[in-house]
Amino acid sequence: MAAYAETAAKTVLATAGRDRDRSVKSLVFLGLLWFSLFFGVLVLVALIVSTALEGAPRFDSDLITRYSSTLSPERTGFRAGILGSLMVILATAAMAVPIGIAAALHLEEFANKERWYNKFIEVNLQNLAAVPSVVYGLLAVAFVTLMGIHQRGLVISGAVALSLLILPVIIITTREAVRAVPREIRDGSMALGATRWQTTWKQTLPSAVPGIATGTILGLSRAIGEAAPLLIIGTATAIRFDPNGLMSQFTALPLEIYSTTSQSREDFRVAAAAAIIVLLVMILALNGLAIFIRNKFQRSW
Amino acid sequence: MVKGTNMSTHSVTASSPGTEANRHTAGGSVGSLSDVAQEIERHLPDKLMDPIMETSLLNIYYGDFHAVHDVNLAFGRNEITALIGPSGCGKSTVLRSLNRMNDLVPGARVEGAVNYQGQNIYARGVDPIAVRTHVGMVFQKPNPFPKSIYDNVAYGPRVTGMKVDDMDDLVEGALRGAALWDEVKDKLKQSAYGLSGGQQQRLCIARTIATKPNVILMDEPCSALDPIATARVEDLMLQLTQDYTIVIVTHNMQQAARVSDRTAFFTARPDETTGNRTGLLVEYNLTKQLFSQPSDQRTEDYISGRFG
Repeated sequence: MAAYAETAAKTVLATAGRDRDRSVKSLVFLGLLWFSLFFGVLVLVALIVSTALEGAPRFDSDLITRYSSTLSPERTGFRAGILGSLMVILATAAMAVPIGIAAALHLEEFANKERWYNKFIEVNLQNLAAVPSVVYGLLAVAFVTLMGIHQRGLVISGAVALSLLILPVIIITTREAVRAVPREIRDGSMALGATRWQTTWKQTLPSAVPGIATGTILGLSRAIGEAAPLLIIGTATAIRFDPNGLMSQFTALPLEIYSTTSQSREDFRVAAAAAIIVLLVMILALNGLAIFIRNKFQRSW
Repeated sequence: MVKGTNMSTHSVTASSPGTEANRHTAGGSVGSLSDVAQEIERHLPDKLMDPIMETSLLNIYYGDFHAVHDVNLAFGRNEITALIGPSGCGKSTVLRSLNRMNDLVPGARVEGAVNYQGQNIYARGVDPIAVRTHVGMVFQKPNPFPKSIYDNVAYGPRVTGMKVDDMDDLVEGALRGAALWDEVKDKLKQSAYGLSGGQQQRLCIARTIATKPNVILMDEPCSALDPIATARVEDLMLQLTQDYTIVIVTHNMQQAARVSDRTAFFTARPDETTGNRTGLLVEYNLTKQLFSQPSDQRTEDYISGRFG
């Protein structure tokens, strides 16, 4: 009996000892995983490298300080697009961030989740995040027209379109950040005689700020690369002045790149490639900021 | 504040002489539960004449679920009352109903009355926020805010708009009251998260007494602490009875026997049709009597470890 047990124990150990991680099946699977990873990264790297090489001759100050020019295509620039994109993103942030955070706080902290209309809103928020961006352009046109603005391609129209586009993203990420604040913190605050509003304002919201900031910046970096909704609101593609306010006409960097690539002359294509790198740098800078905020301020409870 | 009554913000009741000296201190060697309870030689009246808080026919529901059935309890001034019983017997629910923290649970509903200094805190027009400034609460897991030690203590007085002459004094007083001052006086501006679990729990007690409540509810305050930290918190509770009334929920019968003056034993009774377990009060008595001569068979079974 004892001998039997000993043999059994040895068998068990032997089975466990054979390195199952090295079997053919798992190696094939591991290889597939690596391939998928490299495929994605490789395509991105190839794209960036080839674009950068193509645009290399035009990495000069003219690219960002001069307006577009058909007369001297070798010195054409994207000043209007860069400033336009920055301005419309600032306006978008000013509009979408407070509304998004307020909506999320209401849904998470104040709304009665049992009520059907709150459940309805909840389901539709998820749907809104999946709506094609063109649709938000149409919505923005309708919205600003109702506000009495009939001019096409204004900064405010662009900001409305992009705000509508990223509101669901901001609301969803804010709700997740707020939900991650432990219940004990709220209970502790309420038990000391704080009101629900004080608890939200002094405890929940400050604790959720890193998560909210991350989500918001990622939303904005998505918005800055959008072209479709801006086309729908009638944004111009070639403009030779700086936007100077909400009611000013503007062009955005993605649109200007698009219109420049469709020019036949080689100089324009080189300039467009360089501008694509500028746009990528802007987006990567925003994403980098988001990652920095997340790593620096994220709290583990 | 509560409408239509004159609840004094902080009526300090004189503590009975010799309160501290005659009490058994925590952490000593523990014999049988009744021995421990017998050591508490306080002259307490068998019947409470002037309870600071009292529940009558308290029923608590969560939605359709009947959590607590017909609880009548009275809490004596400057006494420690322990609520004990098996899991799911509703003792925490009862505790949380005493300062309307149950209001925060969606679907929670209370029937009956909880009288605090003669005023039903569930009466129409009573502001739960005001109730919580009179009846503070310390939770199971230490839950300091992600702020400095100083700001943790000052938070309550700040949010309730308490008139404070000197916040530094108030913070020091509260930290001294919670026997934490000497350990933290040099790092008041540092994060409360740097403290040990036991220190964090005493900080939570300091935070609670900073708002000058009359009653402090404690929901298993030592269950996340090691024995040494537990002993310190128990010592602190005994000190606090000079100024405060304490109601404590505990799973630890030794703890109930060590610190409490009166003990209420709860149990859960399954509903015949639904199988939901409804909590009810079985026995409420002076702690030493409850542990030495329980009058109910269920109490005896529980305290002798035969059930629960």
